[in-house]
Amino acid sequence: MDQAITNRRSFIKKMAMLSAMTAAASMFPGILFADQQEAGIPSGANLDWKKGPCRFCGVGCGILVGTENGKAVAVKGDPNCQVNKGLLCVKGYHQTMCIQSKDRLTHALVKKNGQYVKTPLNEALDIVANKMKETIEKHGKDSVAMYTSGQSTIPEGYVASKLMKGAIGTNNLDCNARLCMASAVAGFLTTFGADEPMGCYEDIDHADYFITWGNNMAEMHPVLFSRMLEQKTRRDAKIIDFATRTSRSSTASDKSILFEPQTDLAVGNAICYEIINNGWVNTSFVEKHCNFSKGLTNMGYGIEDNYKFSDKPSKIDFEAYKKFLEDYTPEKVSKYSKVSVKDIKYLAAIYGDPNKKVVSYWCMGMNQHTRGTWMNNLVYNIHLLTGKISQPGNGPFSLTGQPSACGTAREVGTFTHKLPKGVVMNEKHRRLAAKIWKVPYERIPAKPTYHATEMFRAVDRGDIKFIWTQVTNPLVSLPKTSRYRPGMEKDSCFVVVSDVFPTPTSDVADVILPASWHIEKSGLYGNSERRTQHWNKMVEGPGETTPDAWMTIEVAKRMGFGDLFPYSEENHVEEIYNEYRQFHEGAKHGMAPLEVLKKESGVIWPYVDGKSTQWRFNAKYDPACSNGEDFHFYGKPDGKAVIWQRPYEPAAESPDSEYPFWLNTGRVIEHWHTGSMTRRIPVLHKAMPHAYVEFHPDDAKVLGIGNGENVKVISRRGSCILPASINERGLPTKGQVFVPFFDENMMINDVTLDAFCPISKEPDYKKCAVKVEKV
Amino acid sequence: MPIKSYLAHPHIGKKNELAETLSKIDQCEVMPAENKNVIVLVTETDTDQEDEQLKEKLETIPSLKLLALVSGFNTPSPNKN
Repeated sequence: MDQAITNRRSFIKKMAMLSAMTAAASMFPGILFADQQEAGIPSGANLDWKKGPCRFCGVGCGILVGTENGKAVAVKGDPNCQVNKGLLCVKGYHQTMCIQSKDRLTHALVKKNGQYVKTPLNEALDIVANKMKETIEKHGKDSVAMYTSGQSTIPEGYVASKLMKGAIGTNNLDCNARLCMASAVAGFLTTFGADEPMGCYEDIDHADYFITWGNNMAEMHPVLFSRMLEQKTRRDAKIIDFATRTSRSSTASDKSILFEPQTDLAVGNAICYEIINNGWVNTSFVEKHCNFSKGLTNMGYGIEDNYKFSDKPSKIDFEAYKKFLEDYTPEKVSKYSKVSVKDIKYLAAIYGDPNKKVVSYWCMGMNQHTRGTWMNNLVYNIHLLTGKISQPGNGPFSLTGQPSACGTAREVGTFTHKLPKGVVMNEKHRRLAAKIWKVPYERIPAKPTYHATEMFRAVDRGDIKFIWTQVTNPLVSLPKTSRYRPGMEKDSCFVVVSDVFPTPTSDVADVILPASWHIEKSGLYGNSERRTQHWNKMVEGPGETTPDAWMTIEVAKRMGFGDLFPYSEENHVEEIYNEYRQFHEGAKHGMAPLEVLKKESGVIWPYVDGKSTQWRFNAKYDPACSNGEDFHFYGKPDGKAVIWQRPYEPAAESPDSEYPFWLNTGRVIEHWHTGSMTRRIPVLHKAMPHAYVEFHPDDAKVLGIGNGENVKVISRRGSCILPASINERGLPTKGQVFVPFFDENMMINDVTLDAFCPISKEPDYKKCAVKVEKV
Repeated sequence: MPIKSYLAHPHIGKKNELAETLSKIDQCEVMPAENKNVIVLVTETDTDQEDEQLKEKLETIPSLKLLALVSGFNTPSPNKN
């Protein structure tokens, strides 16, 4: 009894400590407690520390998990990992606390007569394989789909792609990274012809200025933000926050500049105008390494089903580009962006100063944008015009939201148009995939099918009759869930959900498969800075939980594709990675051998002659440069990057007399995306138990709304009731409300709009029109 | 048996001194932030009276600027049957 009470007391002490840490994290942007977990470890404990990447965001912090008697009992930052150098954020420290949640999915569940029935996994996998096969036989191969994740491991993404594209022969594979990173991908490909940032996190140690574009790093990328704050203190580096809402990042920055939603396009062009007008162009760099192009405009917003768009780029010259920018003088842009002329000139002068090193960071603000590809192009324009790129401390850097949005979604290619190397539209790329997969080349279709939004529209329309989701919760994370939830509930589609915990998505499943959590399986992730990270299985999962990769392989075997999946259960991660590595051989994307990844806390690709390439396209650092010049943008056939002429165009839906507020949605530091894991971590849930709607105090006063009072947020799609938050975590501009999307009980995505960027097909979660009513 | 957690804000330049002072008190466990001027403090006492006395003692520490309570729990004593 005494022992039980002592255990309870030590648990409560730990909870008290974590509560205070979490409170501190919400008050002090970038705060870190490096020794926290070690302090909680009982003296004399004999822990076995195992390395891996953090389960949560795209920063890719290295963690050490302390295990004792087969249980994960502590997490600390990995001091050998260059990403975080031993530091972690509050989510990172607490991550393993969700594993033992009481409602963990431990066995397969099959819906029979409206009830979920516990079913042996082998039987559930038989049902999945038979249903998939039967659907293909009856309705064709494009009637089945898989929807995976930027949280899937590299092997999981790889076998999903191989099953769908190589074995079945359909491009009906897309993933939730479409919702967060697709605009960054399209931006990189259109400008450089090669995906992913050219720089790395070490840029933080060299830059004089950090300009964050619509990005609340203090809450979303806290470890990187803490590294920036350290440079601010140590070297007087400056942080400039350019956003539509005052956040924790704004208050910790040297300067906060607010802009009207969607006008970042105009401000980006105004900065370029100023750079040219003031003679700050790095002429020799631009002449040697850049082309100028323009594309189609007035593309629409993809709001209608079956929307199609293909850009038609055409070359222009510098003079035409300069002429185009005359519409974007600071004076003209200031009028509608609500950014002062002085501030536009201030931003341009930072980029234009040849003696200052500048890194631009962005994440969802620029990517979840109906002109997200254009916005990415515009920031590249600024860095290309000034030649501030591919050098330590100088460069544009797109941050990712998920731990393997880069490694799995982008590099393995779990998008409808992608292959592990290249795209399905390219014959050479299809031939390479067919050769490595040992399938007939003709089996891989040359046309992409459904991107994420269109995939769930196809489910709703009845065109997709079987869908299997893995490691994702689309019925909380998709825009306009008010359409897609009833769509998934229809009898016309058989739904398989593979997950760790029950979610609103598993609630509509016909079969629920119990997935292993992160450290219950071996795997590999790839973070924002091209770092591939391996980990070995650390603990046994409960019940019949199984890695997603293995469940995919088992289904493939049952469908008759066993010869294409000759992997062993014990070593499938290693065998799959070694097969996958063949796709990227060479100096431009070579991946490190598994033996190296097992030893190191992550290795950056291209990995050439035993070395990581930290700055791509710069001949000083990148052995793939072969043009004899100092820079070589080898993703493009002529080795030159493209400066794009991209205009300002309005949002898909703007406030009007009926719906007078902008709705902006996003995240909070305590919760990871849809909250299915972090809401099961008691200290994080207690710190942020539910969502809220933030108001500007002037708007709240006019509406007579007080802090905590319930408010109904209504759009043309749906509504959501939340308590008001005034002058608390964040401060939206007047005429805007902000709601975090982590709370499945307050479904703000019932309200959002499914408009997307016509080039990247990434939805815009940051802008739609709503009205609000006091309840 | 009260268990409480606080954010202890030191005077400028006194974080290390405050952490050292607090860590010498039997009922206190401290966790200084790596990169901010704040310390997480957890106190564990046997009775409410002892908790009150400790609080009074803490407030007299010269390097302490502000003590903000975050959470409070009460648990049974391990000596009770």
